[in-house]
Amino acid sequence: MSPATTHDLSHTHDDASTVTAHPQDHAARHRLTPARVLDLDPLLDDPKTRIVVCCGSGGVGKTTTAAALGLRAAERGRKVVVLTIDPARRLAQSMGIDSLDNVPRRVKGVDDAANGELHAMMLDMKRTFDEIVEAHADQERASAILNNPFYQSLSAGFAGTQEYMAMEKLGQLRSRDEWDLIVVDTPPSRSALDFLDAPKRLGSFLDGRLIRLLTAPAKLGGRAGMKFLNVGMSMMTGTLGKLLGGQLLKDVQTFVAAMDTTFGGFRTRADATYKLLQAPGTAFLVVAAPERDALREAAYFVERLAAEDMPLAGLVLNRVHGSGAAQLSAERALAAAENLEEPRIVDQGDGKAVLRNSPDTYASSEAPAPEPPAPDEGSPATAESAAPESTDSTATDQDADQQEPQERTVEQLTAGLLRLHAERMRLLSREQRTRDRFTARHPEVAVAEVAALPGDVHDLAGLRDIGNRLAANRPELPDTEATA
Amino acid sequence: MSRLQVVSGKGGTGKTTVAAALALALATEGKRTLLVEVEGRQGIAQLFETEALPYEERKIAVAPGGGEVYALAIDPELALLDYLQMFYKLGGAGRALKKLGAIDFATTIAPGLRDVLLTGKACEAVRRKDKSGRFVYDYVVMDAPPTGRITRFLNVNDEVAGLAKIGPIHNQAQAVMRVLKSAETSVHLVTLLEEMPVQETVDGIGELRSARLPVGRIIVNMVRPEVLDAADLELVGTVPRTAVARTLSAAGLGGARRGGNAERLVDPLVAQAGEYAERYTLEHEQRAVLGELDLPLHELPLLAEGMDLAGLYELATELREQGMS
Repeated sequence: MSPATTHDLSHTHDDASTVTAHPQDHAARHRLTPARVLDLDPLLDDPKTRIVVCCGSGGVGKTTTAAALGLRAAERGRKVVVLTIDPARRLAQSMGIDSLDNVPRRVKGVDDAANGELHAMMLDMKRTFDEIVEAHADQERASAILNNPFYQSLSAGFAGTQEYMAMEKLGQLRSRDEWDLIVVDTPPSRSALDFLDAPKRLGSFLDGRLIRLLTAPAKLGGRAGMKFLNVGMSMMTGTLGKLLGGQLLKDVQTFVAAMDTTFGGFRTRADATYKLLQAPGTAFLVVAAPERDALREAAYFVERLAAEDMPLAGLVLNRVHGSGAAQLSAERALAAAENLEEPRIVDQGDGKAVLRNSPDTYASSEAPAPEPPAPDEGSPATAESAAPESTDSTATDQDADQQEPQERTVEQLTAGLLRLHAERMRLLSREQRTRDRFTARHPEVAVAEVAALPGDVHDLAGLRDIGNRLAANRPELPDTEATA
Repeated sequence: MSRLQVVSGKGGTGKTTVAAALALALATEGKRTLLVEVEGRQGIAQLFETEALPYEERKIAVAPGGGEVYALAIDPELALLDYLQMFYKLGGAGRALKKLGAIDFATTIAPGLRDVLLTGKACEAVRRKDKSGRFVYDYVVMDAPPTGRITRFLNVNDEVAGLAKIGPIHNQAQAVMRVLKSAETSVHLVTLLEEMPVQETVDGIGELRSARLPVGRIIVNMVRPEVLDAADLELVGTVPRTAVARTLSAAGLGGARRGGNAERLVDPLVAQAGEYAERYTLEHEQRAVLGELDLPLHELPLLAEGMDLAGLYELATELREQGMS
């Protein structure tokens, strides 16, 4: 709820504190801007930064941020690889990686004046999984696994596989040591945190008790000491068979038996990747948009990363709106727009009411508007009689007859511009409030704000622009030149 | 009107909000709807400003006209135990399975089982009848996974039915699929008038159609008001800035002369109009793309005050007026 609006009292407790704010507290709210500003260039330039992980909820521009950071780092002289998980087609095309072959490709068109390079790849989770199997099992065993129906479903991307494979790929890229910097996008998980849990979960399953149970009957059969256990297990496998159907259980058992040798490795690898994420060369960036849900997820993420000892560099707040005319509040803009659209009521009293908050009280006493037409009836005859007011005497002097219809439209246009501005100011103050709520909860988190673009990103130039916006980091009060 | 309404959409398009508004809109004249959440995010509780939902159907809202909205956050683990108990009286074995990690395995890793449980529970609610033989819920609205995963999520039963060629899971998967592929189900996609969400919507509809899942409607969310029309935007390119400055001044916003308060507003206001113009063009293009899909299209306004409970009712009214319920 914007303090800028007047009909806002029916509001939720959530916003109660701001509802009571006086419009002139606007400047005070500006002072609530985060004390810590996230400066991204030093992070990207630091040779000790080896991995940047971009995480956040869906639809906040995570992949675009990862790509823009990668491009910026490359153009500042680093040898970068960007690992994207599920990029939108246009974004992938903008980096020339629309072929999904699981191998980093050099991106063309990158400014290499500083001797940097940009490589990019799109994760193919099934192929990544297959490669692990192939690397850890002999040929016969590998093909038994790869042809197993249970494996085929598992690797094709059910819960957790994508997250696990993303981390696996990250580990692989890092161990090749070919790049100075790896920028990773995280999967669009149902919960943004899945990628932290998935490796552990899959790892613990793959060398867990259930696996032993499923493989045990074959291995342990007949050993007297294990008899009790065997009874329990056959009961259990019986139950599982009942549930899954005998054939599926057999598939699972065959799969598990074939994977047996490979399993030990999974846990070790998952642990290694987890440690890699905690290492000093890693920096997490939580990406969000200035919306309630996205920032709530972001706050949760920040807390979770702290709990896991993962190094958080800061918050990237995408799509933040600014205005070059922030000195004009929404309610004054609206009042002025009404004033222009309904000249009939522009009398002395109203004019003063409008001007009350204006620091620059410019008299509109000569704006009487005698009997104007309704604003939407623009017939020349009535428009002529409208005799639009003007405080600038030089304007009315020249070509009055031709100017009048034109002035009428200019008034409508100006009213529109003011309404547009009022909408912008409301959006702006809502965004600020949402962000301030996050900052109040996490004052320790440095924030980089990225000014909203009116359109989408299609090419490297667009990514470069985002990179500039990421680094510039003061969108809420841009210069007029910047927005023009 | 299909009794199972599935709402999907790209992340960030507000699908939870739309699902909730739809559940409210459908709860007219004493009707009862169930709003189902499957991703464990507790988005419904936050939207309705209540405490976190348990794995239990509970009333969360009363719609204008006396209808009721119930909500359920499906927890796959509990759904599995529930299922084991319901069909096999395996409550005790369930605990043992849990200890072994089998439940965790089944609900997080096993191919598709999790999704089968989630869609299975929703379908069970669709088919459930009370003692007098009436449906317990007139409609079930599902806040489903995002567009990129929706087809796989809904179609997973087919895959599981193929994987488990016999047995109860096979039968369960097939029963769920019969509901999902029938006229009883309708899958709606929420989008914004932006390129990426629209592209994802177009792709998603293609995938749903090729899986023969019933596509319902497209809901364009957070549509901003048209403040300036094409004529305004044309004029803004040609109008002398001094004229705008004079008009601002006339409206009481300060001096029109160079450096005056009104004059200093002109450039930023015109720049904002420029951004608006760019977005206006993009939005018209995206509307045209959506129009070609030949599906019923609904538009919901961006709520200037942000999203809250009052806004939810506003959107529900909007959906009702647009004939979506």
